[in-house]
Amino acid sequence: MARMNMVQAINSGLDVMLGRDPRVVVFGEDVGYFGGVFRCTDGLQRKHGEHRVLDTPIAEGGIIAAAIGMGVNGLKPVAEIQFADYIYPAFDQIVSELARLRYRTAGDFSAPVTIRTPCGGGIRGGQTHSQSPEGVFTHVCGIKVVMPSNPYDAKGLLISAIEDDDPVVFFEPKRLYNGPFDGDPHKPAVPWSTHPKAEVPDGHYTVPIGKAEIVRPGTEVTVLTYGTMVHVAESAVRLAQVDAEIIDVRSMVPLDVDTLCRSVCKTGRCVIVHEATRFSGFGAELSATVQEECFWHLEAPIARVTGWDTPYPHAFEWDYFPGPQRIVAALGSVMEAK
Amino acid sequence: MRQSRLHVPHPPARPGEKPDFSYVQISAPGAVVRPDTRASALEIEQLGSEMVRVLDDQGQALGPWNPHLESEELQVGLRHMLLTRLFDDRMQRMQRQGRISFYMKSTGEEAVAVAQAMALRPGDMLFPSYRTQGLFVVRGKSLVDLMCQCLSNTHDMCRGRQMPIMYHWATGNIFSISGNLATQFPQAVGWAMAAAIKGEDHIAAAWLGEGASAEADFHHALTFAAVYQAPVILNVVNNQWAISSFQGFAGGEHRTFARRGPGYGIPGVRVDGNDFLAVYAVTQWAAERARASGGPTLIELVTYRAAAHSTSDDPSRYRPKEEWRAWPLGDPIERLKAHLLRLGDWSEERHKALEQELDQHVTACWKEAMTYGTLTEGPWLDPLTMFEDVFHEMPANLERQRAELRRLIEQRAEGGAPAHAADGRTLAGEG
Repeated sequence: MARMNMVQAINSGLDVMLGRDPRVVVFGEDVGYFGGVFRCTDGLQRKHGEHRVLDTPIAEGGIIAAAIGMGVNGLKPVAEIQFADYIYPAFDQIVSELARLRYRTAGDFSAPVTIRTPCGGGIRGGQTHSQSPEGVFTHVCGIKVVMPSNPYDAKGLLISAIEDDDPVVFFEPKRLYNGPFDGDPHKPAVPWSTHPKAEVPDGHYTVPIGKAEIVRPGTEVTVLTYGTMVHVAESAVRLAQVDAEIIDVRSMVPLDVDTLCRSVCKTGRCVIVHEATRFSGFGAELSATVQEECFWHLEAPIARVTGWDTPYPHAFEWDYFPGPQRIVAALGSVMEAK
Repeated sequence: MRQSRLHVPHPPARPGEKPDFSYVQISAPGAVVRPDTRASALEIEQLGSEMVRVLDDQGQALGPWNPHLESEELQVGLRHMLLTRLFDDRMQRMQRQGRISFYMKSTGEEAVAVAQAMALRPGDMLFPSYRTQGLFVVRGKSLVDLMCQCLSNTHDMCRGRQMPIMYHWATGNIFSISGNLATQFPQAVGWAMAAAIKGEDHIAAAWLGEGASAEADFHHALTFAAVYQAPVILNVVNNQWAISSFQGFAGGEHRTFARRGPGYGIPGVRVDGNDFLAVYAVTQWAAERARASGGPTLIELVTYRAAAHSTSDDPSRYRPKEEWRAWPLGDPIERLKAHLLRLGDWSEERHKALEQELDQHVTACWKEAMTYGTLTEGPWLDPLTMFEDVFHEMPANLERQRAELRRLIEQRAEGGAPAHAADGRTLAGEG
């Protein structure tokens, strides 16, 4: 066991898999010698060699296409897209190729590619370093989509993703790399060191893809969220003084409908929170699923707290980010409804 | 598994090693032939391998590419390059003081944007990359405006929506800078196609780094430019480094970037990017060709990124600290200065006076820009404006969201909470 922040946990997950499985190759822009702009691959090229941990040309479409080719030829590629905001040149390769290869060849070809990519805001990154495009990828059939909210899950889910026979898009909420964030930018940054989920085993372990986690048990209302917003929701629930059950969805595809809906059927109320824009966001899928499965148990309309339906505005980050004030308001309105 | 047989490119030197630029093929000043602008791409293929140079180490202008500019024009070029450098230095310091969230310097590459913008006409459309701030300086955009953009303040041309340095200038014919790489390259071709369709003689020019030439958009640009013989100048600024990746990771190990042009049927010209006169002359050549319906030109400007990639970057982790000192093509400002001194039209005193004048100008501009607000101190833009310009007319869902934010801001005001927030954090990594 060691205390790790999220960067170290991801680094450890990659290190473990490079050590265990000679088929694993890690690559991306600035990933090799430099160790990644967020340091997630720091030291891995030195340890595992420049033929296992590679720098690539700046070509996201090329990175994913090459990953598919390597995967088809027996490797286990772990590709990094430096920012999720830069993933779109690879969109055709992901949607038309990676996601459908198994289906269109009736199982004769497949590519077990893991795509790691930092997402989310809160770092003054403006519209090209702050996006949360997970919902776009959940709409594509044939790829799994996960987003951890803490170091323990990050390493465990990453190992599961690499070991998975299907492609996985692994979103890393960059605001959480160095510490949990409760949504208040005025407070000094808190490191991971005191957080229980920063206890990370050194070796191999997995967190299963497709399982949500109840991070705070409660009885009055269910909060469905993931990534950075898990911590913001925890803070909002404390402020609102409601006995909320907070669920970290963790895995969007496949979705742990049982855990989510068991909770909402118990509490009868549901607030969905994500950083991404609202319209056709992943919250819409969560809301529809809850409505379908829990309709007769619902005491109030389901509420969504999300980013506004605009590009991510640099100067208005904290009016844009769906912080505790908005979550508290949503909890209030859901609790009031009879 | 057996031993890997994969080829992995290696830069000539890493931290702690001796800088080595022996891989940069350099022609003698004045040695490269200047062909007629109507020559076919095939006839002039060697221009992609040689290096057009005019200025020698003593500041002499040599050979057929000498644009024979008037001394006044050279002094204007020197002034623009110096101003660009001083502006960069000031903004970098302001980022370090937490006044702006992010910055990218063009130190050592000033001749690229400055000489090229000067060789083009005001009606020509420029599609900048994020390291061509000199284009704005030459076209006369006030530094106050550029600073206000970096400050995201009430005079910000982007109205707070973009990170620092993502400028644009519609009336000055400079397109919006995108944080996504290479996207502007094929867009410039489209603009040029439109100029041709409309029968106008304006041309387009676009810039990207050699690293970004790996993106598919680079190839879209060359294909479309070749197919339609679009009046466009496509510039690859080969500054040797793309964050931590040396130019070999963009394919520069095996062939110059300029040589890619002839592969598409487009002339490729490789030029000393730190030689103001050579950059000017090559751009002028390509512009004349494009304006006469001779089609596109690919120019590789060989230079060196003397600064960090951005304020989020630490190059001492991946390249020798003093590598820039070994760069064989020198400093563009020093080289043009040496030329002017040699012509007898310049002096150390005048140079020093110019530096002082420009530095004072930058200070005055910064003071003025600050009065329009900073990230941490008002006045601020109204956050409700963030819902504007998503569409030409605001749809109902955005009107509802704007009303919701208005209520939240009022609620915070009643509760005494600050309506505007900033935490001074800066970007941890940047691509």
